[in-house]
Amino acid sequence: MHSMFNGDFGIVLVNIFLLAILFATGVAIARMRSLFAIVMLSGIYSLVSAAWYVAVDAVDVAFTEAAVGAGMSTVVLLGAMLLTSRTAKPEKLFFRLGPLLVCLATGAALIYATVDLPALGDASSPANAGVGLTYLQVAWFETGIPNVVTPVLGSYRGFDTLGETCVVFTAGLAVALLLGFGERSLAERIRNEGRSGDHSTRKASAASDEDPS
Amino acid sequence: MNTDHHVILRVIAKMLIPVITMFAFYVQFHGDFGPGGGFQAGVIIAVAVILYALVFGVPAAMRAVPPVFTRSLAAVGVMIYAGVGFWAMLQGGHYLEYQALFHEPPGEHHGQHIGILGIELGVLCGVSGAMLTIFYAFAGRVAEIRDEDW
Repeated sequence: MHSMFNGDFGIVLVNIFLLAILFATGVAIARMRSLFAIVMLSGIYSLVSAAWYVAVDAVDVAFTEAAVGAGMSTVVLLGAMLLTSRTAKPEKLFFRLGPLLVCLATGAALIYATVDLPALGDASSPANAGVGLTYLQVAWFETGIPNVVTPVLGSYRGFDTLGETCVVFTAGLAVALLLGFGERSLAERIRNEGRSGDHSTRKASAASDEDPS
Repeated sequence: MNTDHHVILRVIAKMLIPVITMFAFYVQFHGDFGPGGGFQAGVIIAVAVILYALVFGVPAAMRAVPPVFTRSLAAVGVMIYAGVGFWAMLQGGHYLEYQALFHEPPGEHHGQHIGILGIELGVLCGVSGAMLTIFYAFAGRVAEIRDEDW
C-alpha cells in the first residue's frame, strides 16, 4: 500500500488512472438500467482491472482476468441477458437501503483489513518469505521450466489443478443438466429449413451459408 | 437486395477468428516460458467459437462445433489430466509424479516437460469444452442476437 507512493511517479499516475477508471465504471454500472450496457461495462471493468494487474506485475492473473472476465463472462452474461428483459426495473428507494448498508459495511471491513496487509512487493510478507521463496529457489533446478507459475500450478500443486479442472467440468455439466445442452433450438432450426422455411430462418441460413469468398 | 446489416462485423470476425485460435495455441505451448497455459488457452479457444456464434448465429456454430463434441471434449480433458497421473503410477511413481514418467534421476527434466505438456493439454480440452457447453446451454435457447439488441 505505501510502496505505491514510494515508487516511480509514473507508476503512481498509472495506478491512480486505472483505479479511477475502475471506480467510474463501477459507479456507472450501479446507476445504469440497460442490461446490455451493463454487460459491456462489466467487460470493460475486467479489461481495465487486467491492465492494473499488469501494472502490479501479476501477469498471469492479468491474462486470466482478460480471458475469463473480459472475454468469457461477458459473452455468457450476454447470452443470459438475451433470456430476460433488456432493462432492469428501478427499485423503490426504501428497498435500496438494505443493499447500500451491506455494501458500506463490507467496504468498511475491507478497508479495515487492508491496514494490516503487507506492502506491495514486501520481501518479508508471508506470501514472499514462505513457500513462495522456496518455489522460486528450487523450481528451475527441479523442473527446468523458466516460468515459475507453470511448475507451481502443474507440478508442485498438480492435485489442486486437477481439482480445478474437475470443478470447471462439473460446472459445465451442472449448467448443461439444468438448462439442457442447447441442441433443441438447432434441431428445430434444421427442421424448419427442411420445410419451406419462413422469412427469419431463410435469412439466418443465408447469413450462415455465405461462406468463404 | 442486401438485408445483411452486419457485413463489416462478419468480414472482420472472419479475419479475426483464425488469429484468435492461433493465439490460443501460442498461449498453450508458450505457457512454460511466459504467462499463460491451458486454462487461458482453453478460454481463448472457447471465445473464438463464441465470437463465431455471436456473429454468424448459434446454429452455424453448432454445425461447425457440435455440442456433443464440446461436452465430450470436456470429459476427455479431465481424463487426459487424470491419465497422466495414472501413467506416472504405471511407471512406478506416485500419482502425477512427472519425474517417474521416464524413470529419470533428479536433474533431468524430460518427464517434467512432457507431464506438464500433457496436463496442460487436459486443462485446455476440459476448459474449452466446459465453457462451450455452458455457452451452448445459454445461447441454445435464443437463436441469435436480434437487430434491436445492438
